Amino acid sequence: MSCIEQMKYEILLDRTTYKDARNYIENNSEEVYYVSPGYKIFKDYHIIGVPPIALGVKGTALSFTYTKPCYGTFVLTVDNEDSIKEIEKLREKEREKVTPPPKKGKSPESSKKPPGSFLDMWQK
Amino acid sequence: MTGEKVLLMMGCPEVPIQTSIVLYLSHKLANSGFDVTVAGTGAANKLLRVSDSDSYYVKKLVNLDKTLEGVIEKKTDFDICFAFMHNDAGMTYAATMSAISGAKLYSVVFGRNADSLAETIEFDCEKIVSKVAHNPGQLKNMLDKVLEEVVR
Repeated sequence: MSCIEQMKYEILLDRTTYKDARNYIENNSEEVYYVSPGYKIFKDYHIIGVPPIALGVKGTALSFTYTKPCYGTFVLTVDNEDSIKEIEKLREKEREKVTPPPKKGKSPESSKKPPGSFLDMWQK
Repeated sequence: MTGEKVLLMMGCPEVPIQTSIVLYLSHKLANSGFDVTVAGTGAANKLLRVSDSDSYYVKKLVNLDKTLEGVIEKKTDFDICFAFMHNDAGMTYAATMSAISGAKLYSVVFGRNADSLAETIEFDCEKIVSKVAHNPGQLKNMLDKVLEEVVR
């Protein structure tokens, strides 16, 4: 049993497809972060999903997908001190991606180039 | 080929043919020298264990989520994976396996919605698609052809 089932969570969407769950997170979050399948949140929950996996932030709450083989995919949200820690981890990862350390010999323009959407990155 | 690790990844056991096909495939692969592991949910594993109570056809039966966790944490991996699915959740598990494992992946898609479900598969795999739900004959024949290539 994953630690998720022992946490206090709210179900935002239940028994749906993975695609619809991702769309829900993308359309109902203030910030959206994308991670790879298997990304670990909270103590021991590795996210099962079809890439790109969306994680949504609304205030101090983190929403994410949870897939059960017989019941489909759920969108759950957790709002507690653990979600705050996870959100900070995601923001930190994003900052590392967006601001790479300056490299000698590279034009300033290249380092300012936007990374493109995550969908583009996954399609490459 | 002998000794290659094969994972048979079961989805929800609601559609009857899954258990019989997994028992068949496990035995066939083991007889061809493969090291076979079957992973499933609690219910899928119980169905299989009652059907094969002496572990004659399936020697290694493990928890699906724990197995994926092991692959994610790079504690284990497989050479070949057959992912069984008849719903979106099964496809989601297979997509995860595709992303985290180096295994050659076969998506075994069955049940009444097999065609539409197979169309949603966007990850790299070989698809084996049959709309059957109760009679395993057609899917068995399709897998026999795949096995000829796998065993080669």
